[in-house]
Amino acid sequence: MSIDKATAARVAHLARIRVKDEDLETLASELSGILGWVEQLGEVDVEGVEPMTSVTPMALRRREDAVTDGGIRERVLANAPATREGFFAVPKVVE
Amino acid sequence: MSDLTRLTIAEARAKLRAREITSAELTEACLAAVDAADALNAVSAKTPEKAREMAAAADKRLAAEGEGAPSLCGIPLGIKDLFCTEGVASQAASNILEGFRPPYESTVTSRLWERGAVMVGKLNMDEFAMGSSNETSCYGPAVNPWRAKGSNRDLTPGGSSGGSASAVAAELCLGATGTDTGGSIRQPAAFTGIVGVKPTYGRCSRWGIVAFASSLDQAGPMAKTVRDAAIMLEGMAGFDPKDSTSAELAVPDFEAALTGDIRGKTIGIPKEYRMEGMPAEIEALWDRGAEMLRDAGAKTVEISLPHTKYALPAYYVIAPAEASSNLARYDGVRFGHRAKLGAGDAIVDLYEKSRAEGFGAEVQRRVMIGAYVLSAGYYDAYYLRAQKVRTLIKRDFEQAFKTVDAILTPATPSSAFGIGEMADADPVAMYLNDVFTVTVNLAGLPGAAVPTGVDASGLPLGLQIIGKPWGEAEMLDVAYALERSAGFTARPDRWW
Repeated sequence: MSIDKATAARVAHLARIRVKDEDLETLASELSGILGWVEQLGEVDVEGVEPMTSVTPMALRRREDAVTDGGIRERVLANAPATREGFFAVPKVVE
Repeated sequence: MSDLTRLTIAEARAKLRAREITSAELTEACLAAVDAADALNAVSAKTPEKAREMAAAADKRLAAEGEGAPSLCGIPLGIKDLFCTEGVASQAASNILEGFRPPYESTVTSRLWERGAVMVGKLNMDEFAMGSSNETSCYGPAVNPWRAKGSNRDLTPGGSSGGSASAVAAELCLGATGTDTGGSIRQPAAFTGIVGVKPTYGRCSRWGIVAFASSLDQAGPMAKTVRDAAIMLEGMAGFDPKDSTSAELAVPDFEAALTGDIRGKTIGIPKEYRMEGMPAEIEALWDRGAEMLRDAGAKTVEISLPHTKYALPAYYVIAPAEASSNLARYDGVRFGHRAKLGAGDAIVDLYEKSRAEGFGAEVQRRVMIGAYVLSAGYYDAYYLRAQKVRTLIKRDFEQAFKTVDAILTPATPSSAFGIGEMADADPVAMYLNDVFTVTVNLAGLPGAAVPTGVDASGLPLGLQIIGKPWGEAEMLDVAYALERSAGFTARPDRWW
Protein backbone atom coordinates (compact mmCIF):
# COMPACT_ATOMS: atom_id res chain seq x y z
CA MET A 1 0.00 0.00 0.00
CA SER A 2 1.53 3.25 -1.10
CA ILE A 3 0.37 6.30 0.84
CA ASP A 4 0.12 9.50 -1.16
CA LYS A 5 0.31 13.03 0.16
CA ALA A 6 -3.45 13.41 0.41
CA THR A 7 -3.79 10.19 2.40
CA ALA A 8 -0.98 11.28 4.72
CA ALA A 9 -2.83 14.53 5.34
CA ARG A 10 -6.05 12.61 6.05
CA VAL A 11 -4.27 10.27 8.50
CA ALA A 12 -2.63 13.21 10.26
CA HIS A 13 -6.03 14.79 10.71
CA LEU A 14 -7.53 11.51 11.98
CA ALA A 15 -4.72 11.41 14.53
CA ARG A 16 -5.28 15.10 15.38
CA ILE A 17 -1.65 15.94 14.70
CA ARG A 18 -0.86 19.09 12.71
CA VAL A 19 1.65 18.30 9.96
CA LYS A 20 3.14 21.07 7.86
CA ASP A 21 2.50 20.83 4.13
CA GLU A 22 6.20 20.58 3.33
CA ASP A 23 6.53 17.56 5.68
CA LEU A 24 3.69 15.53 4.15
CA GLU A 25 5.84 14.02 1.40
CA THR A 26 8.35 12.55 3.90
CA LEU A 27 5.55 11.38 6.15
CA ALA A 28 3.81 9.65 3.24
CA SER A 29 6.98 7.83 2.30
CA GLU A 30 7.65 6.72 5.91
CA LEU A 31 4.12 5.45 6.37
CA SER A 32 4.32 3.65 3.02
CA GLY A 33 7.56 1.99 4.09
CA ILE A 34 6.09 0.66 7.32
CA LEU A 35 2.78 -0.42 5.78
CA GLY A 36 4.58 -2.05 2.84
CA TRP A 37 6.60 -4.13 5.28
CA VAL A 38 3.46 -5.01 7.27
CA GLU A 39 1.83 -6.31 4.11
CA GLN A 40 3.65 -9.63 4.41
CA LEU A 41 0.84 -10.54 6.84
CA GLY A 42 -1.16 -11.16 3.67
CA GLU A 43 0.88 -14.35 3.12
CA VAL A 44 -0.56 -15.99 6.26
CA ASP A 45 -3.50 -18.34 5.89
CA VAL A 46 -5.95 -17.00 8.48
CA GLU A 47 -8.97 -18.87 7.16
CA GLY A 48 -11.19 -19.84 10.10
CA VAL A 49 -8.85 -18.27 12.70
CA GLU A 50 -10.49 -16.22 15.43
CA PRO A 51 -8.94 -12.79 16.01
CA MET A 52 -7.41 -12.52 19.45
CA THR A 53 -9.41 -10.52 21.94
CA SER A 54 -7.75 -11.53 25.20
CA VAL A 55 -4.29 -13.03 25.49
CA THR A 56 -4.99 -14.77 28.79
CA PRO A 57 -8.36 -16.45 28.98
CA MET A 58 -10.22 -14.69 31.78
CA ALA A 59 -13.78 -13.66 32.51
CA LEU A 60 -14.20 -9.98 33.17
CA ARG A 61 -14.88 -9.35 36.81
CA ARG A 62 -17.93 -7.45 37.92
CA ARG A 63 -18.34 -5.28 40.94
CA GLU A 64 -21.03 -3.51 42.83
CA ASP A 65 -22.32 -0.52 40.83
CA ALA A 66 -21.28 1.91 43.52
CA VAL A 67 -19.32 5.15 43.66
CA THR A 68 -15.76 4.36 44.78
CA ASP A 69 -14.11 7.69 44.13
CA GLY A 70 -14.92 11.36 43.80
CA GLY A 71 -14.95 14.69 45.56
CA ILE A 72 -11.41 15.42 44.39
CA ARG A 73 -11.99 18.28 41.96
CA GLU A 74 -8.86 20.13 43.04
CA ARG A 75 -6.71 17.09 42.32
CA VAL A 76 -8.40 16.44 38.98
CA LEU A 77 -7.74 20.01 37.90
CA ALA A 78 -4.26 20.27 39.43
CA ASN A 79 -2.40 19.46 36.20
CA ALA A 80 -4.69 21.29 33.76
CA PRO A 81 -3.07 23.92 31.53
CA ALA A 82 -6.06 26.26 31.98
CA THR A 83 -9.01 26.21 34.38
CA ARG A 84 -11.81 28.58 35.26
CA GLU A 85 -14.28 28.40 38.15
CA GLY A 86 -13.54 24.73 38.77
CA PHE A 87 -13.74 23.68 35.10
CA PHE A 88 -11.23 22.90 32.36
CA ALA A 89 -11.01 25.96 30.11
CA VAL A 90 -10.91 25.49 26.32
CA PRO A 91 -11.48 27.66 23.25
CA LYS A 92 -15.03 28.03 22.02
CA VAL A 93 -16.34 24.62 20.87
CA VAL A 94 -19.83 25.50 19.58
CA GLU A 95 -20.62 28.66 17.63
CA MET B 1 32.80 5.43 44.97
CA SER B 2 31.55 3.41 47.88
CA ASP B 3 31.48 -0.35 47.47
CA LEU B 4 27.97 -0.45 48.90
CA THR B 5 26.45 0.18 45.47
CA ARG B 6 28.12 -3.00 44.25
CA LEU B 7 25.93 -5.15 46.49
CA THR B 8 23.16 -7.25 45.03
CA ILE B 9 19.69 -6.88 46.53
CA ALA B 10 20.09 -10.25 48.26
CA GLU B 11 23.45 -9.25 49.77
CA ALA B 12 22.16 -5.86 50.88
CA ARG B 13 19.09 -7.50 52.43
CA ALA B 14 21.31 -9.73 54.59
CA LYS B 15 23.49 -6.80 55.72
CA LEU B 16 20.48 -4.58 56.40
CA ARG B 17 18.72 -7.23 58.45
CA ALA B 18 21.89 -7.96 60.39
CA ARG B 19 22.27 -4.18 60.99
CA GLU B 20 25.77 -4.30 59.46
CA ILE B 21 24.72 -1.40 57.27
CA THR B 22 21.80 0.99 57.33
CA SER B 23 19.50 1.89 54.49
CA ALA B 24 20.59 5.50 55.02
CA GLU B 25 24.22 4.57 54.24
CA LEU B 26 23.25 2.45 51.27
CA THR B 27 20.95 5.17 49.96
CA GLU B 28 23.63 7.87 50.34
CA ALA B 29 26.02 5.66 48.38
CA CYS B 30 23.48 5.37 45.57
CA LEU B 31 22.67 9.09 45.59
CA ALA B 32 26.40 9.86 45.32
CA ALA B 33 26.69 7.39 42.43
CA VAL B 34 23.71 9.06 40.72
CA ASP B 35 25.29 12.51 41.10
CA ALA B 36 28.56 11.25 39.66
CA ALA B 37 26.87 9.70 36.63
CA ASP B 38 25.26 12.65 34.85
CA ALA B 39 27.20 11.67 31.73
CA LEU B 40 25.01 8.56 31.47
CA ASN B 41 21.81 10.63 31.44
CA ALA B 42 20.08 7.63 33.00
CA VAL B 43 18.16 9.57 35.64
CA SER B 44 15.44 11.95 34.45
CA ALA B 45 14.45 13.21 37.92
CA LYS B 46 16.58 12.86 41.03
CA THR B 47 14.61 12.46 44.27
CA PRO B 48 17.25 12.66 47.03
CA GLU B 49 14.96 14.12 49.68
CA LYS B 50 12.32 11.50 49.15
CA ALA B 51 15.04 8.81 49.13
CA ARG B 52 16.43 9.99 52.48
CA GLU B 53 12.98 10.05 54.06
CA MET B 54 12.17 6.59 52.76
CA ALA B 55 15.54 5.25 53.92
CA ALA B 56 15.01 6.64 57.43
CA ALA B 57 11.60 4.99 57.58
CA ALA B 58 13.08 1.72 56.32
CA ASP B 59 15.79 1.82 58.97
CA LYS B 60 13.15 2.21 61.69
CA ARG B 61 11.27 -0.71 60.28
CA LEU B 62 14.41 -2.86 60.03
CA ALA B 63 15.19 -2.07 63.66
CA ALA B 64 11.67 -3.07 64.69
CA GLU B 65 11.16 -6.08 62.44
CA GLY B 66 14.71 -7.41 61.94
CA GLU B 67 14.68 -10.65 59.99
CA GLY B 68 10.94 -10.29 59.53
CA ALA B 69 11.27 -7.08 57.48
CA PRO B 70 10.24 -7.43 53.83
CA SER B 71 12.96 -8.43 51.35
CA LEU B 72 12.98 -5.01 49.73
CA CYS B 73 13.01 -3.00 52.96
CA GLY B 74 15.70 -0.34 52.67
CA ILE B 75 16.72 -1.27 49.11
CA PRO B 76 17.33 1.73 46.78
CA LEU B 77 15.55 1.33 43.44
CA GLY B 78 15.15 3.41 40.30
CA ILE B 79 11.74 3.83 38.67
CA LYS B 80 11.15 4.12 34.95
CA ASP B 81 9.56 7.45 34.05
CA LEU B 82 6.52 5.58 32.68
CA PHE B 83 5.32 4.85 36.24
CA CYS B 84 3.22 7.55 37.87
CA THR B 85 4.73 8.50 41.21
CA GLU B 86 2.75 10.83 43.41
CA GLY B 87 4.01 14.41 43.36
CA VAL B 88 7.13 13.44 41.39
CA ALA B 89 7.67 14.29 37.70
CA SER B 90 6.26 11.44 35.61
CA GLN B 91 6.21 12.31 31.95
CA ALA B 92 6.93 9.15 29.97
CA ALA B 93 9.94 11.01 28.51
CA SER B 94 7.53 13.11 26.46
CA ASN B 95 7.22 16.87 26.11
CA ILE B 96 3.47 16.46 26.02
CA LEU B 97 3.54 15.56 29.73
CA GLU B 98 5.90 18.37 30.65
CA GLY B 99 5.30 19.48 34.22
CA PHE B 100 2.89 16.63 34.97
CA ARG B 101 2.87 15.69 38.66
CA PRO B 102 0.53 12.75 39.23
CA PRO B 103 -1.73 13.13 42.26
CA TYR B 104 -1.64 9.32 42.62
CA GLU B 105 0.83 6.44 42.76
CA SER B 106 0.95 3.45 40.39
CA THR B 107 0.00 0.12 41.94
CA VAL B 108 3.39 -1.45 41.22
CA THR B 109 5.36 1.37 42.88
CA SER B 110 2.86 1.47 45.79
CA ARG B 111 3.58 -2.17 46.42
CA LEU B 112 7.34 -1.55 46.37
CA TRP B 113 7.05 1.32 48.86
CA GLU B 114 4.76 -0.73 51.13
CA ARG B 115 7.60 -3.22 51.27
CA GLY B 116 10.03 -0.54 52.36
CA ALA B 117 11.89 0.04 49.09
CA VAL B 118 13.55 3.44 48.57
CA MET B 119 13.19 5.54 45.40
CA VAL B 120 16.44 7.20 44.26
CA GLY B 121 14.91 8.75 41.14
CA LYS B 122 12.97 8.45 37.92
CA LEU B 123 14.73 6.88 34.97
CA ASN B 124 15.11 7.83 31.34
CA MET B 125 13.34 5.89 28.58
CA ASP B 126 12.13 6.17 25.00
CA GLU B 127 9.17 8.52 24.64
CA PHE B 128 6.00 6.63 25.63
CA ALA B 129 8.17 3.48 25.60
CA MET B 130 8.34 3.61 21.81
CA GLY B 131 11.89 2.85 20.76
CA SER B 132 14.80 0.45 21.08
CA SER B 133 17.67 2.85 21.79
CA ASN B 134 16.36 5.46 24.26
CA GLU B 135 16.95 8.03 21.51
CA THR B 136 13.30 9.10 21.23
CA SER B 137 13.38 10.50 24.81
CA CYS B 138 12.63 14.17 25.36
CA TYR B 139 15.50 14.13 27.87
CA GLY B 140 18.00 13.01 25.22
CA PRO B 141 19.44 9.50 25.04
CA ALA B 142 20.60 7.54 28.07
CA VAL B 143 24.11 6.17 27.57
CA ASN B 144 25.31 2.60 28.06
CA PRO B 145 28.00 2.32 30.77
CA TRP B 146 29.65 -0.31 28.55
CA ARG B 147 32.04 0.71 25.78
CA ALA B 148 33.68 -1.44 23.16
CA LYS B 149 37.29 -2.34 23.94
CA GLY B 150 39.63 0.49 23.00
CA SER B 151 36.76 2.80 21.99
CA ASN B 152 35.31 5.88 23.66
CA ARG B 153 32.21 5.95 21.51
CA ASP B 154 28.90 6.27 23.37
CA LEU B 155 26.65 3.24 22.92
CA THR B 156 22.92 2.94 23.46
CA PRO B 157 21.71 1.00 26.52
CA GLY B 158 18.79 -0.16 24.34
CA GLY B 159 15.19 0.74 24.91
CA SER B 160 12.69 1.53 25.82
CA SER B 161 13.83 0.94 29.44
CA GLY B 162 17.28 2.34 28.61
CA GLY B 163 17.68 4.50 31.70
CA SER B 164 16.73 1.56 33.93
CA ALA B 165 19.30 -0.67 32.23
CA SER B 166 22.02 1.96 32.35
CA ALA B 167 21.33 2.79 36.01
CA VAL B 168 21.46 -0.84 37.17
CA ALA B 169 24.52 -1.72 35.07
CA ALA B 170 26.34 1.40 36.33
CA GLU B 171 25.27 0.57 39.91
CA LEU B 172 23.39 3.79 40.59
CA CYS B 173 20.67 1.72 42.29
CA LEU B 174 20.35 -1.95 43.22
CA GLY B 175 17.46 -2.62 40.86
CA ALA B 176 14.98 -0.78 38.67
CA THR B 177 11.50 -1.15 37.33
CA GLY B 178 11.00 -1.46 33.58
CA THR B 179 8.11 -2.07 31.26
CA ASP B 180 8.04 -4.33 28.23
CA THR B 181 5.60 -4.06 25.31
CA GLY B 182 7.74 -5.71 22.61
CA GLY B 183 11.09 -6.25 24.31
CA SER B 184 11.63 -3.03 26.27
CA ILE B 185 12.94 -4.79 29.40
CA ARG B 186 14.79 -7.71 27.82
CA GLN B 187 16.63 -5.93 24.98
CA PRO B 188 18.15 -3.20 27.21
CA ALA B 189 18.99 -5.82 29.87
CA ALA B 190 20.89 -7.79 27.23
CA PHE B 191 22.67 -4.65 25.98
CA THR B 192 23.94 -3.82 29.47
CA GLY B 193 24.76 -7.24 30.95
CA ILE B 194 21.94 -7.38 33.49
CA VAL B 195 18.87 -9.55 34.09
CA GLY B 196 15.48 -8.37 32.84
CA VAL B 197 12.17 -10.14 33.37
CA LYS B 198 8.88 -9.59 31.57
CA PRO B 199 6.20 -11.45 33.51
CA THR B 200 3.07 -13.15 32.15
CA TYR B 201 0.50 -10.62 30.94
CA GLY B 202 -1.68 -9.86 33.98
CA ARG B 203 0.92 -10.68 36.64
CA CYS B 204 1.72 -7.02 37.43
CA SER B 205 -0.98 -4.36 37.59
CA ARG B 206 -0.87 -1.78 34.81
CA TRP B 207 -2.76 0.78 36.90
CA GLY B 208 -0.86 4.05 37.08
CA ILE B 209 1.61 3.10 34.35
CA VAL B 210 1.30 5.40 31.32
CA ALA B 211 -0.34 3.15 28.72
CA PHE B 212 1.28 2.39 25.36
CA ALA B 213 -0.36 -0.81 24.03
CA SER B 214 -2.59 -2.13 26.77
CA SER B 215 -2.87 -5.73 25.57
CA LEU B 216 0.93 -6.06 25.48
CA ASP B 217 2.32 -3.81 28.27
CA GLN B 218 3.75 -5.48 31.36
CA ALA B 219 5.95 -4.13 34.13
CA GLY B 220 8.91 -6.15 35.34
CA PRO B 221 12.19 -6.01 37.22
CA MET B 222 15.68 -5.19 35.95
CA ALA B 223 18.44 -6.29 38.30
CA LYS B 224 21.99 -7.57 38.59
CA THR B 225 21.09 -11.22 39.18
CA VAL B 226 18.26 -13.67 38.64
CA ARG B 227 17.79 -13.88 42.42
CA ASP B 228 17.42 -10.11 42.66
CA ALA B 229 14.92 -10.13 39.79
CA ALA B 230 12.93 -12.84 41.60
CA ILE B 231 12.90 -10.78 44.81
CA MET B 232 11.79 -7.65 42.95
CA LEU B 233 9.14 -9.43 40.90
CA GLU B 234 7.55 -10.77 44.05
CA GLY B 235 7.43 -7.20 45.37
CA MET B 236 5.83 -5.85 42.17
CA ALA B 237 3.32 -8.57 41.28
CA GLY B 238 -0.15 -9.35 42.54
CA PHE B 239 -3.83 -8.90 41.93
CA ASP B 240 -5.19 -5.38 41.63
CA PRO B 241 -8.93 -4.70 41.33
CA LYS B 242 -8.07 -1.41 39.58
CA ASP B 243 -6.72 -3.25 36.51
CA SER B 244 -9.41 -5.37 34.84
CA THR B 245 -6.72 -7.56 33.21
CA SER B 246 -4.85 -8.17 36.46
CA ALA B 247 -4.86 -11.87 37.31
CA GLU B 248 -6.53 -13.01 40.48
CA LEU B 249 -3.73 -15.41 41.33
CA ALA B 250 -1.51 -15.79 44.37
CA VAL B 251 2.08 -14.60 43.87
CA PRO B 252 4.46 -17.54 44.30
CA ASP B 253 7.68 -17.30 46.30
CA PHE B 254 9.84 -16.83 43.20
CA GLU B 255 13.08 -16.76 45.15
CA ALA B 256 12.35 -20.06 46.89
CA ALA B 257 11.92 -21.66 43.46
CA LEU B 258 15.57 -20.97 42.56
CA THR B 259 17.20 -24.36 42.93
CA GLY B 260 19.31 -24.37 39.78
CA ASP B 261 18.34 -28.03 39.48
CA ILE B 262 16.97 -28.43 35.99
CA ARG B 263 17.69 -32.13 35.59
CA GLY B 264 15.04 -33.85 33.54
CA LYS B 265 13.65 -30.64 32.08
CA THR B 266 13.16 -30.26 28.35
CA ILE B 267 14.24 -27.00 26.74
CA GLY B 268 13.00 -26.08 23.26
CA ILE B 269 15.27 -24.49 20.67
CA PRO B 270 13.01 -22.87 18.03
CA LYS B 271 14.46 -23.38 14.57
CA GLU B 272 12.75 -20.29 13.13
CA TYR B 273 14.86 -18.07 15.41
CA ARG B 274 17.97 -19.08 13.46
CA MET B 275 17.57 -16.17 11.12
CA GLU B 276 19.29 -15.33 7.92
CA GLY B 277 22.11 -12.88 8.42
CA MET B 278 22.31 -13.63 12.15
CA PRO B 279 25.77 -12.68 13.47
CA ALA B 280 27.97 -15.74 14.07
CA GLU B 281 28.64 -14.57 17.63
CA ILE B 282 24.96 -14.63 18.51
CA GLU B 283 24.55 -18.07 17.00
CA ALA B 284 27.60 -19.37 18.88
CA LEU B 285 26.33 -17.88 22.15
CA TRP B 286 22.97 -19.53 21.64
CA ASP B 287 24.63 -22.92 21.00
CA ARG B 288 26.78 -22.45 24.10
CA GLY B 289 23.71 -21.63 26.17
CA ALA B 290 22.01 -24.83 25.02
CA GLU B 291 25.14 -26.76 25.94
CA MET B 292 25.19 -25.19 29.41
CA LEU B 293 21.61 -26.26 30.02
CA ARG B 294 22.42 -29.78 28.81
CA ASP B 295 25.45 -29.89 31.11
CA ALA B 296 23.11 -28.93 33.95
CA GLY B 297 21.03 -32.01 33.18
CA ALA B 298 18.33 -30.67 30.88
CA LYS B 299 17.47 -32.10 27.49
CA THR B 300 17.29 -29.74 24.50
CA VAL B 301 15.05 -30.40 21.54
CA GLU B 302 14.45 -28.50 18.33
CA ILE B 303 10.95 -27.08 18.13
CA SER B 304 9.04 -25.15 15.50
CA LEU B 305 7.23 -21.83 15.99
CA PRO B 306 6.12 -21.46 12.37
CA HIS B 307 4.59 -17.97 12.55
CA THR B 308 7.64 -16.29 14.12
CA LYS B 309 8.39 -14.34 10.96
CA TYR B 310 5.04 -12.59 11.15
CA ALA B 311 5.29 -11.49 14.77
CA LEU B 312 7.00 -8.15 14.15
CA PRO B 313 4.69 -6.99 11.36
CA ALA B 314 1.65 -8.07 13.43
CA TYR B 315 3.07 -6.15 16.38
CA TYR B 316 3.51 -3.03 14.25
CA VAL B 317 -0.19 -3.09 13.47
CA ILE B 318 -1.51 -3.99 16.92
CA ALA B 319 0.76 -1.83 19.09
CA PRO B 320 0.30 1.38 17.07
CA ALA B 321 -3.46 0.76 16.90
CA GLU B 322 -3.66 0.53 20.68
CA ALA B 323 -1.27 3.46 21.06
CA SER B 324 -3.38 5.68 18.83
CA SER B 325 -6.35 5.02 21.13
CA ASN B 326 -4.39 5.33 24.38
CA LEU B 327 -2.61 8.51 23.34
CA ALA B 328 -5.85 10.20 22.29
CA ARG B 329 -6.06 11.46 25.89
CA TYR B 330 -3.16 13.87 25.33
CA ASP B 331 -5.25 16.68 23.96
CA GLY B 332 -3.88 19.75 25.72
CA VAL B 333 -7.02 20.08 27.82
CA ARG B 334 -6.73 18.13 31.07
CA PHE B 335 -2.99 17.85 31.66
CA GLY B 336 0.34 18.34 29.97
CA HIS B 337 1.37 20.63 27.16
CA ARG B 338 -1.02 23.07 25.51
CA ALA B 339 0.05 24.93 22.38
CA LYS B 340 -0.25 28.70 22.21
CA LEU B 341 -3.24 29.44 20.04
CA GLY B 342 -3.71 32.12 17.43
CA ALA B 343 -6.72 34.40 17.10
CA GLY B 344 -9.68 32.42 15.84
CA ASP B 345 -8.17 29.03 16.66
CA ALA B 346 -10.81 26.52 17.72
CA ILE B 347 -10.72 23.34 19.77
CA VAL B 348 -9.43 21.17 16.88
CA ASP B 349 -6.52 23.59 16.41
CA LEU B 350 -5.78 23.21 20.09
CA TYR B 351 -5.67 19.42 19.76
CA GLU B 352 -3.65 19.34 16.55
CA LYS B 353 -1.11 21.98 17.53
CA SER B 354 -0.62 20.65 21.08
CA ARG B 355 -0.06 17.12 19.82
CA ALA B 356 2.27 18.24 17.01
CA GLU B 357 4.40 20.16 19.52
CA GLY B 358 4.21 17.62 22.33
CA PHE B 359 4.81 14.30 20.55
CA GLY B 360 8.19 13.39 19.06
CA ALA B 361 8.62 12.02 15.54
CA GLU B 362 8.46 8.30 16.36
CA VAL B 363 5.37 8.69 18.55
CA GLN B 364 3.65 10.73 15.83
CA ARG B 365 4.49 8.05 13.28
CA ARG B 366 3.06 5.27 15.40
CA VAL B 367 -0.09 7.18 16.34
CA MET B 368 -0.70 7.85 12.65
CA ILE B 369 -0.03 4.23 11.64
CA GLY B 370 -2.52 3.24 14.32
CA ALA B 371 -5.12 5.70 13.11
CA TYR B 372 -4.65 4.39 9.58
CA VAL B 373 -4.96 0.66 10.34
CA LEU B 374 -8.09 1.30 12.40
CA SER B 375 -9.71 3.58 9.83
CA ALA B 376 -12.77 2.68 7.80
CA GLY B 377 -11.88 0.44 4.87
CA TYR B 378 -8.53 -0.71 6.31
CA TYR B 379 -9.56 -2.23 9.64
CA ASP B 380 -10.17 -5.74 8.25
CA ALA B 381 -7.11 -5.80 6.02
CA TYR B 382 -4.68 -4.68 8.72
CA TYR B 383 -5.98 -4.77 12.27
CA LEU B 384 -8.28 -7.78 12.13
CA ARG B 385 -5.75 -9.78 10.13
CA ALA B 386 -2.99 -8.93 12.63
CA GLN B 387 -5.19 -10.09 15.51
CA LYS B 388 -5.74 -13.40 13.70
CA VAL B 389 -2.00 -13.77 13.18
CA ARG B 390 -1.60 -13.07 16.89
CA THR B 391 -3.89 -16.02 17.63
CA LEU B 392 -1.67 -18.21 15.44
CA ILE B 393 1.50 -17.02 17.19
CA LYS B 394 0.03 -17.88 20.57
CA ARG B 395 -1.07 -21.26 19.22
CA ASP B 396 2.52 -21.98 18.10
CA PHE B 397 3.68 -21.60 21.70
CA GLU B 398 0.79 -23.69 23.07
CA GLN B 399 1.83 -26.51 20.76
CA ALA B 400 5.47 -26.18 21.76
CA PHE B 401 4.75 -26.17 25.48
CA LYS B 402 3.06 -29.56 25.15
CA THR B 403 6.54 -31.05 24.85
CA VAL B 404 8.93 -28.56 26.46
CA ASP B 405 9.23 -26.86 29.85
CA ALA B 406 10.95 -23.68 28.62
CA ILE B 407 12.38 -22.20 25.44
CA LEU B 408 15.88 -20.83 24.86
CA THR B 409 16.52 -18.08 22.29
CA PRO B 410 18.91 -15.18 21.75
CA ALA B 411 17.70 -11.98 23.44
CA THR B 412 18.82 -9.56 20.72
CA PRO B 413 20.17 -9.80 17.18
CA SER B 414 23.35 -7.86 18.12
CA SER B 415 25.24 -6.27 20.99
CA ALA B 416 24.69 -2.59 21.82
CA PHE B 417 25.07 -0.23 18.88
CA GLY B 418 26.29 3.34 18.78
CA ILE B 419 24.09 6.29 19.65
CA GLY B 420 23.08 7.92 16.38
CA GLU B 421 24.11 4.89 14.35
CA MET B 422 20.55 4.16 13.24
CA ALA B 423 19.62 7.80 12.64
CA ASP B 424 19.51 7.45 8.86
CA ALA B 425 18.12 3.93 8.77
CA ASP B 426 14.45 3.47 7.99
CA PRO B 427 12.15 2.90 11.00
CA VAL B 428 11.76 -0.79 10.20
CA ALA B 429 15.52 -1.40 10.70
CA MET B 430 15.16 -0.22 14.32
CA TYR B 431 12.07 -2.38 14.81
CA LEU B 432 14.16 -5.51 14.05
CA ASN B 433 15.80 -5.16 17.49
CA ASP B 434 12.73 -6.81 18.97
CA VAL B 435 12.66 -9.77 16.60
CA PHE B 436 13.37 -12.35 19.36
CA THR B 437 11.33 -10.73 22.12
CA VAL B 438 8.12 -9.51 20.51
CA THR B 439 6.57 -12.97 20.06
CA VAL B 440 6.49 -13.32 23.85
CA ASN B 441 4.38 -10.17 24.27
CA LEU B 442 1.98 -11.21 21.53
CA ALA B 443 1.49 -14.58 23.26
CA GLY B 444 1.28 -13.03 26.76
CA LEU B 445 4.13 -15.23 28.06
CA PRO B 446 6.88 -14.55 30.58
CA GLY B 447 10.44 -14.06 29.29
CA ALA B 448 13.77 -13.39 30.95
CA ALA B 449 17.01 -12.02 29.50
CA VAL B 450 20.14 -13.41 31.17
CA PRO B 451 23.66 -12.08 30.53
CA THR B 452 25.56 -15.02 29.09
CA GLY B 453 28.75 -13.75 27.48
CA VAL B 454 30.60 -10.93 25.74
CA ASP B 455 31.29 -10.38 22.06
CA ALA B 456 34.67 -9.84 20.45
CA SER B 457 34.69 -6.19 21.49
CA GLY B 458 33.88 -7.05 25.09
CA LEU B 459 30.22 -6.00 24.99
CA PRO B 460 27.62 -8.07 26.86
CA LEU B 461 25.28 -10.48 25.10
CA GLY B 462 22.21 -12.12 26.56
CA LEU B 463 20.01 -15.13 26.01
CA GLN B 464 16.29 -15.32 26.60
CA ILE B 465 14.37 -17.98 28.51
CA ILE B 466 10.66 -18.11 27.65
CA GLY B 467 8.33 -19.73 30.18
CA LYS B 468 4.79 -21.07 30.25
CA PRO B 469 1.93 -18.74 31.18
CA TRP B 470 2.13 -18.09 34.95
CA GLY B 471 5.30 -20.20 34.97
CA GLU B 472 7.67 -17.42 36.06
CA ALA B 473 8.99 -19.53 38.96
CA GLU B 474 10.05 -22.39 36.70
CA MET B 475 11.35 -19.95 34.06
CA LEU B 476 13.45 -18.11 36.65
CA ASP B 477 14.88 -21.41 37.86
CA VAL B 478 16.06 -22.23 34.33
CA ALA B 479 17.44 -18.67 34.06
CA TYR B 480 19.21 -19.23 37.38
CA ALA B 481 20.81 -22.44 36.10
CA LEU B 482 21.95 -20.61 32.95
CA GLU B 483 23.31 -17.72 35.01
CA ARG B 484 25.31 -20.09 37.21
CA SER B 485 26.78 -21.93 34.23
CA ALA B 486 27.55 -18.77 32.28
CA GLY B 487 29.25 -17.17 35.28
CA PHE B 488 28.96 -13.72 33.74
CA THR B 489 31.00 -11.44 36.00
CA ALA B 490 32.21 -8.75 33.58
CA ARG B 491 31.49 -5.16 34.58
CA PRO B 492 31.81 -1.96 32.62
CA ASP B 493 34.94 0.10 33.31
CA ARG B 494 33.98 3.33 35.00
CA TRP B 495 34.63 6.15 32.49
CA TRP B 496 31.81 8.47 33.49
